[in-house]
Amino acid sequence: MTDILLSPQGPAVAKAPSNSIFRHARYVIAENPITGIAFGLFILIALCALIGPYIVPHDPLASDTSAALAAPSLKHWFGTDQLGRDIFSRVIVATRLDFTIAITSVVLVFAMGGFAGIAAGFFGGWTDRIVGRISDTIMAFPLFVLAMGIVAALGNTVTNIVLATAIINFPLYVRVARAEANVRRDAGFVQAARLSGNGDFRILLMHILPNIMPIMMVQISLTMGYAILNAAGLSFIGLGVRPPTPEWGIMVAEGAGNIISGEWWIALFPGAALMIAVFCFNLLGDGLRDLVDPQRRT
Amino acid sequence: MAKKPSKTETLLRNSDKSLPLLDVRDLTVEFATRRGVVRAVQHINISVAKGESLAIVGESGSGKSVTSYAVMRILDRAGRIADGTVMFSGVDLRAVPENEMRELRGREMSMIFQSPRLALNPIRKIGRQIEDVLLQHAQVDSAQASEKAIEMLEHVRIARPRERYHAYPFELSGGMCQRVVIALALACKPQLLIADEPTTGLDVTTQKAVMDLTVDLTRKRDMSMILITHDLGLAAAYCDRVVVMEKGHVVETAQAETIFKAPSHRYTRKLMRATPRPGVTLRDLLPEEETKGARPIGRTNGHAAMPLLVVEKLVKEYPRNDAGGSFKKLFGPKPTVKPDNFRAVDGISFTVGRGESVGLVGESGCGKSTTSTMVMRLIDKTSGTIMFDGQDIGEIPARKFATLPLRKRIQMVFQDPTDSLNPRFTAARAIADPILRLGNGERVFVRERCEELARQVGLPVELLDRFPHQLSGGQKARVGIARAIALKPDLIILDEPTAALDVSVQAVVLNLLQDLKDSLGMSYLFVSHDLNVVRLLCDRVIVMQTGQIVEQGPTEQVLVAPQAAYTRDLLTAIPHPPV
Repeated sequence: MTDILLSPQGPAVAKAPSNSIFRHARYVIAENPITGIAFGLFILIALCALIGPYIVPHDPLASDTSAALAAPSLKHWFGTDQLGRDIFSRVIVATRLDFTIAITSVVLVFAMGGFAGIAAGFFGGWTDRIVGRISDTIMAFPLFVLAMGIVAALGNTVTNIVLATAIINFPLYVRVARAEANVRRDAGFVQAARLSGNGDFRILLMHILPNIMPIMMVQISLTMGYAILNAAGLSFIGLGVRPPTPEWGIMVAEGAGNIISGEWWIALFPGAALMIAVFCFNLLGDGLRDLVDPQRRT
Repeated sequence: MAKKPSKTETLLRNSDKSLPLLDVRDLTVEFATRRGVVRAVQHINISVAKGESLAIVGESGSGKSVTSYAVMRILDRAGRIADGTVMFSGVDLRAVPENEMRELRGREMSMIFQSPRLALNPIRKIGRQIEDVLLQHAQVDSAQASEKAIEMLEHVRIARPRERYHAYPFELSGGMCQRVVIALALACKPQLLIADEPTTGLDVTTQKAVMDLTVDLTRKRDMSMILITHDLGLAAAYCDRVVVMEKGHVVETAQAETIFKAPSHRYTRKLMRATPRPGVTLRDLLPEEETKGARPIGRTNGHAAMPLLVVEKLVKEYPRNDAGGSFKKLFGPKPTVKPDNFRAVDGISFTVGRGESVGLVGESGCGKSTTSTMVMRLIDKTSGTIMFDGQDIGEIPARKFATLPLRKRIQMVFQDPTDSLNPRFTAARAIADPILRLGNGERVFVRERCEELARQVGLPVELLDRFPHQLSGGQKARVGIARAIALKPDLIILDEPTAALDVSVQAVVLNLLQDLKDSLGMSYLFVSHDLNVVRLLCDRVIVMQTGQIVEQGPTEQVLVAPQAAYTRDLLTAIPHPPV
């Protein structure tokens, strides 16, 4: 039905919303250059995830014992590990897996926590109590230990890492969404929506959710970074992704022992990739919020 | 205590007493925005003599507040004084360094803001807050501070000041909070008081009390006052001289009596005309050139055979918060007497005829909004009946009512046009919402219908694709009205639809509402605190106080010869321009 409304009916009508999104993005980036850097990094990471496996110089799984533990050189930019695998290729290829885990877990937790939180804030009463107590229960555990427990109990698969990451982030989403929905629960436009014949669920989805998207965007971006760290952390301690699959956490774990003996590159480069990814997502939050907030688009 | 007086202070002490206290010359204030530099105030001249009270009157965007911020040098970061001089008893305030300026604010000149609750620290006792100001400006030492604070509370006529010293802002009413703010502003005996819309959020009777007090205190101390307001009546009643501002320019400066008797500028005349006052009709509010085309107002016969809405013995109770928490409730002994509930609406009965407009008047907390939301079926009643067109809609739970076909027939225009529009919806989407949800078979022609409605309420069609924050207050009000009439309802509840609007916009919107009523044959229940506005639009008026109806009858009868003492109080509290 939005299509009917937004379809161009006259020259004056068609102009307003269309071209402004790019102009707005340009303005947001110009206003805050750090956002520009974050977006640049994000595009780089996304490119690595998409086409990384097709452009890397070496097979990330091929071992070559004759070239084991070689320092960074022109042939092996980031050096090689104990089995002679090319670290540069492995770091690039790992992007796809880590990125996928982060995105799916964030999408999952946004769907679960965001909706539960909005419902809790909007309906109050028993819905609020039940959702609140569930998130309190989750918060009562040390989060990383809880994630370890979930993966250990459900099995060592990527799906379970995604699930565990989503569950430990659940309370964060619930709290933000609940607070934001609660403020808007008695707002004039919600009452007006009721007068227009919107039922409760329609009000939640069509009226309240879009209004709390800006703040949820910040939350999404921050937890993206956290989700990557969490996935890598689980792999680091041996839960989750298994060797020889290239994954930043495993690679850091594999290289950790070699730092003392002088082969610093094995752990450093995947660690740096991890740091850049987390850094990028943390910076991205503010920019994303400005992008999705129509109030900023004057 | 024995601090060396700063350079500015010495200058102030030795200044020539014949100079005006505040002399603003050629002031220009600029704001750097995304769209380039905006000049909020352009080359204005204002002077205030010692002991004089000056009103700056103008509508939103006229630059009246910006002027006062510039004088106090509290413009936000984007704003700067681009040009001109601000002389305060002979001292150029633009040249004073920031740390000395901080000393001047509060001690030499101080300010009362619009919202008293925002101006007070919510978690600090009010007495302490007054002490803070006194100690900050080294007026007293800490031993005398509390005595002095209590004395200040006494000055602003707060009853039992010794107890109230320990009160937190949330324990006080809006009027009391504003008195505390006045006490704060006057604590250090400043020479100049700037009051920025000090009574906008307050009831008329409270407004009168607060303004009387402010003027009384400033006269006694021979202080100068600048009153910034949109209300011509208030300016005339309490100030010696009036400055009228429009779009950053001063258009007229004159004595209070002369400006209302013989306004010389076109804009002042327009403002005067648009201000609702006794003895005028709705059409008189519009500018002269627009009244010719307007249709005469059709008076309706409100007492047709069967009224549209019959409300009988309607009650809404809220549980009182008792001292014991939920823990005590669970485990404590069961109370023998049920705690009495707070009755927001206490057994009221009234009717609204077909095509009639009824005013529901009262001050904040009288239950008028609760009544209207109950009739609107947004909240459930405690007891009583609400008969709408022969059907008891009070029996239908509010939650279910939203999706019933009956919903179409009762609509509402909200008080705050900004708050009542979804910030993420364009104007067209907002107007279309009720049509899409409750309309039958109109889906395909939604856009056409929206444009038709926009034309009906006088909203330019090309604005339909804008978001609420891109529209002005008056335009947003029109969107709200278009949305309410989209389904051709029988009854519209108008909840102070013009309270957030400028007087000239209010005049247009009120006339629009009248025209729509005449052409669509709707009934209005007009909820308002402003008797002058009610007089213009309503056939009958109901006056409410503490949940009960104290008086109801035909508008003229109630307003000309009020029976209840409360109605008389309300009427006398309204400030009028001396015309």
